[in-house]
Amino acid sequence: MARSKQRTGPVGYRPGIGTKGSRVLLVVFLSVLALVFLIPFYLILRNALATDAEITAPDWMWFSPAPAWDNFTKLFSDPAVPMARSLLNSAIVAVLTTVGTLFLCTTAGYGLARIPYRHANKVFYAVLATLMIPGAITFVPSFVMVSSLGWLSDYRGLIIPGLFSGFAAFLCRQYFLSFPRELEEAARVDGLGYWGAFWRIVIPNSGSFLAAVAVITFVGAWNSFLWPLVIGRSPDSWTVQVALSTFLTAQTISISQLFMAALVAITPLVFVFLFLQRFLVQGVAQTGLKG
Amino acid sequence: MAVSAETAASTPAAGTGDRNPRARRAGRRRTALTFWLFVGPFFAGLLVFTFIPVVWSAYLSFFDARNTVAPLPEDFVGFDNYVHMLQDGAFRDALITFTIFAAFIVPLTFACSLGLALLLNKVRLARAFFRSVFFLPFACSYVVAALVWKMSIFNGVRYGLANSILDLFGIEDIAWLFDPSPPWYWLVIVSLRLWIQCGFYMILFIAALQQIPEHLYEAAYVDGAKPGWQTFWHITLPQLRATSVAVVMLILIAAYQAFDEFVLLIGNQAYARPPLVYLYYNTLGMVQDLGRGSAGSLILALIIAIVTVLQGKFFGFGNKES
Repeated sequence: MARSKQRTGPVGYRPGIGTKGSRVLLVVFLSVLALVFLIPFYLILRNALATDAEITAPDWMWFSPAPAWDNFTKLFSDPAVPMARSLLNSAIVAVLTTVGTLFLCTTAGYGLARIPYRHANKVFYAVLATLMIPGAITFVPSFVMVSSLGWLSDYRGLIIPGLFSGFAAFLCRQYFLSFPRELEEAARVDGLGYWGAFWRIVIPNSGSFLAAVAVITFVGAWNSFLWPLVIGRSPDSWTVQVALSTFLTAQTISISQLFMAALVAITPLVFVFLFLQRFLVQGVAQTGLKG
Repeated sequence: MAVSAETAASTPAAGTGDRNPRARRAGRRRTALTFWLFVGPFFAGLLVFTFIPVVWSAYLSFFDARNTVAPLPEDFVGFDNYVHMLQDGAFRDALITFTIFAAFIVPLTFACSLGLALLLNKVRLARAFFRSVFFLPFACSYVVAALVWKMSIFNGVRYGLANSILDLFGIEDIAWLFDPSPPWYWLVIVSLRLWIQCGFYMILFIAALQQIPEHLYEAAYVDGAKPGWQTFWHITLPQLRATSVAVVMLILIAAYQAFDEFVLLIGNQAYARPPLVYLYYNTLGMVQDLGRGSAGSLILALIIAIVTVLQGKFFGFGNKES
């Protein structure tokens, strides 16, 4: 962030300067909007800690007077509900997908951005072409591929096809193009090849960008639904989203437990988000999606 | 020397020196090797999980491939699968459903995310807090959001949030999702996606807004432009063009892939069944008709490609790449 914080020039042009009344109005308006945005989170929390009778009562209840914490233990002790297993599956899939994507897409992005191979441009256009084919449109052919490899209801089928994200590779290439060349050249003078410069200079200096790609990949993998639904045929291989959707459509568990399950499913991500979103904002600014 | 300008420019950069042809050839080979060391693993995966499936799927689309991925030569049916899909009313309805959805979600998401970004750019107090709050829904999955929307906000009975609010104004309960006319279900579906994705595009716009050089506003002020609508229209919006094009494309591509909220809120109902839901039930259901499913996928891919190119032409994507 090289933007100077120093303010010069005439005063009136700047956004953010207005009459006191308009500033107060803006904060009030944003606060109301913020409350509206938080309503669904509030509802998850309220319903997760209530009894079914309280949720379906005709009169509106803000919070249950006696929070039903045992919804949590009931959810995990019910043998008919594969909650713990599905959380474990989601964690494994999301972590491995994130690690794998980061490795594959940063190396590919760096190669495409920096190594003066004769056909690098052709390879780049081939990657670019896959951006035009949205992943979900290829789900039928990819399903054919995965089922003929015998990877249905299997971690391999859940993880491996999602590792090769053209979009992530594209973002990485754009980012590495704007990485200061002088740093790498210094490393190369010191006798490091591309591989050494990449791991010792480029990667250690790209923290916030990598954090941004990691968070977006992790969120995508954790929240993904169509692919795990298609691949995870047996309940043992359900991710938490597939499990939730089954509870929702088959109504196998009570409403309050359904919301407790939703609460459990979003909690890891909300924490990841709150702690890492500063990097996300910085990282997005660096990805080259800017003007 | 019979080397193209591109190679001549790239060889010295490869750091191999340019003393004689043999050294240069060796250097070039080393460069190629290094390149594939970096790009090879990723590209191999892309081949296996994107390119080959698409080609294979194109092959299957010309066969009667029910419950098989390797049809026999006598199952060749030519363009029958395509004709069947295009004549299939349900498939056409799915395309119409998508079009209606896109007509709502693209402009609404664009306007809301840009609006939020402009407001956040203006506010001084608690800016980081507001940004976090608007961005937080992006952490929520469509499955969880659909659960909240269906079971707690728009559940169509008295204790749902939406109907509780209507009660305050003495308005009768509305069966949001279970009654196709009037089509209130669009409100449910569009508001859900808007809530999830607005914050993400808002972040993209905030990043772009911070890149606009301040001297442009200064100059405009000196020239007598009123801060507000005039500077927004003549400075901010043109400066955001590249980001705007990217955002519209991302929203549109995401809308093509709409599946989660439709299948969980509406299920397999004809009145709101986007293409992916249709393909899901028809190709991976009881009978796995991979031939027709592939034909449908390819028709969709073709439509997406055409729309993307047209949109790019219309907004001038690529004219001003940095």
